[in-house]
Amino acid sequence: MREIDMAVVSATVAEICKEANYYLGEDVIGAFKKGLAEEVSPVGREVFKQLLENARIAREEEVPMCQDTGTAVLFVELGQNVRLVGGDFNEALNAGVRRGYTEGYLRKSIVKDPLQRINSGDNTPAVVHLQIVPGDQIKITLAPKGGGSENMSALKMLTPSQGSKGLVDFVVETVSRAGSNPCPPVVVGVGFGGNFEKVAYLAKKALLRPLGQPNRDPFYADLEKEMLEQINKTGVGPQGFGGRFTALAVHIESYPCHIASMPAAVNINCHASRHAERVI
Amino acid sequence: MEAKRIRAPLTDADVMGLKAGDNVLISGVIYAARDAAHKKLVELLEKKEALPFDLKGQFIYYVGPTPAKPGQVIGSAGPTTSGRMDSYTPKILENGIKAVIGKGSRSAATVQAFQDYKGIYLAATGGAGALLAKTIKEAEIVAYPELGPEAIRCLVVEDFPATVINDAYGNDLYEEGRRQYVVK
Repeated sequence: MREIDMAVVSATVAEICKEANYYLGEDVIGAFKKGLAEEVSPVGREVFKQLLENARIAREEEVPMCQDTGTAVLFVELGQNVRLVGGDFNEALNAGVRRGYTEGYLRKSIVKDPLQRINSGDNTPAVVHLQIVPGDQIKITLAPKGGGSENMSALKMLTPSQGSKGLVDFVVETVSRAGSNPCPPVVVGVGFGGNFEKVAYLAKKALLRPLGQPNRDPFYADLEKEMLEQINKTGVGPQGFGGRFTALAVHIESYPCHIASMPAAVNINCHASRHAERVI
Repeated sequence: MEAKRIRAPLTDADVMGLKAGDNVLISGVIYAARDAAHKKLVELLEKKEALPFDLKGQFIYYVGPTPAKPGQVIGSAGPTTSGRMDSYTPKILENGIKAVIGKGSRSAATVQAFQDYKGIYLAATGGAGALLAKTIKEAEIVAYPELGPEAIRCLVVEDFPATVINDAYGNDLYEEGRRQYVVK
């Protein structure tokens, strides 16, 4: 067994909170450059120009690219040969978020209760997805998730007879209906299969894939392509001002499901598709 | 297209001179207020109590900035989704606000209110918070500091870039833009 101290876990989480919010990934920057070169709408091209400049300022000055520094969503792969020492693991993750959001001058966007709406003051609690995997390491991925795009997300319990057309229509309609609200050009995470709660998790997880990297299964890779083409025909365009770049990518994550079911979830991410990871 | 330069206070004539699709550069005072602040402002209006600032002819910017780093005036400060303010906006316009800045589409009732009260809805680039912060030269909390990022702030801006989405004539840039680029 390898021992990992909770102080190391906290320090790591604090670091990736800042990193994810300051440094936009090269995959996203590349997609912006493609948009700047290929968008047919002049206003749309201007949006890409601003987004590239914004990413440059954020990186150089180490400031958040967006004021919505999000809910801290943590995907943790915990090796089964790791022995966690020096405190409470969940508390260590939250302590890292608390520290990262405070030290990094990130916005505290979490209220303690959905109706009473008092700010928790330190962006905790995080939303944690924990998976036990073989090995003696811990992989932590942080995906700060903005509220505006999250609000445009949807889940539908489709039935098997609706087939791939049912899935494509649901995804395209969800993005089209969201229109200008989720800060297009968006990244679309699609969860497909599993059950009611699993499918939402899959949609979120799909957002972690490097932008535009197709699904390993050619069948789903084709569906991703078809969805992206249809979404980019809606005319929404960058920021909803009209244009052909409504989405930068569609990623599907699928899972086996019940004979009666065909659940689908669409998790919309704004263009600031942020994540950072570390292996301890 | 040359951007039009505007500053508060705006008159009816200023508003009527702006059309959906116009690019503007805003200078002078704008007030930052989002969800929780709108709820409080509308409660005060309904109770006919004094407001933390005079609404007449002013701009409201839907923003909840990140904390300023040492040496900064304000942290990142891009627009938040405007639709959540739809239930409050007609009342705010009725009481004197002339321009609101955010991102994303507005409800039919809000679009109508821009015509009824001669107001405009402007969008700034969502997700360009680091860039937009550069145009903010002063920032001061004027009410509800306990709301943290949702406190009402008085901001002084210089050449803050925005685009007219809904004008006082009933035009909507989001609808027009989409019609122009949709592929059937």
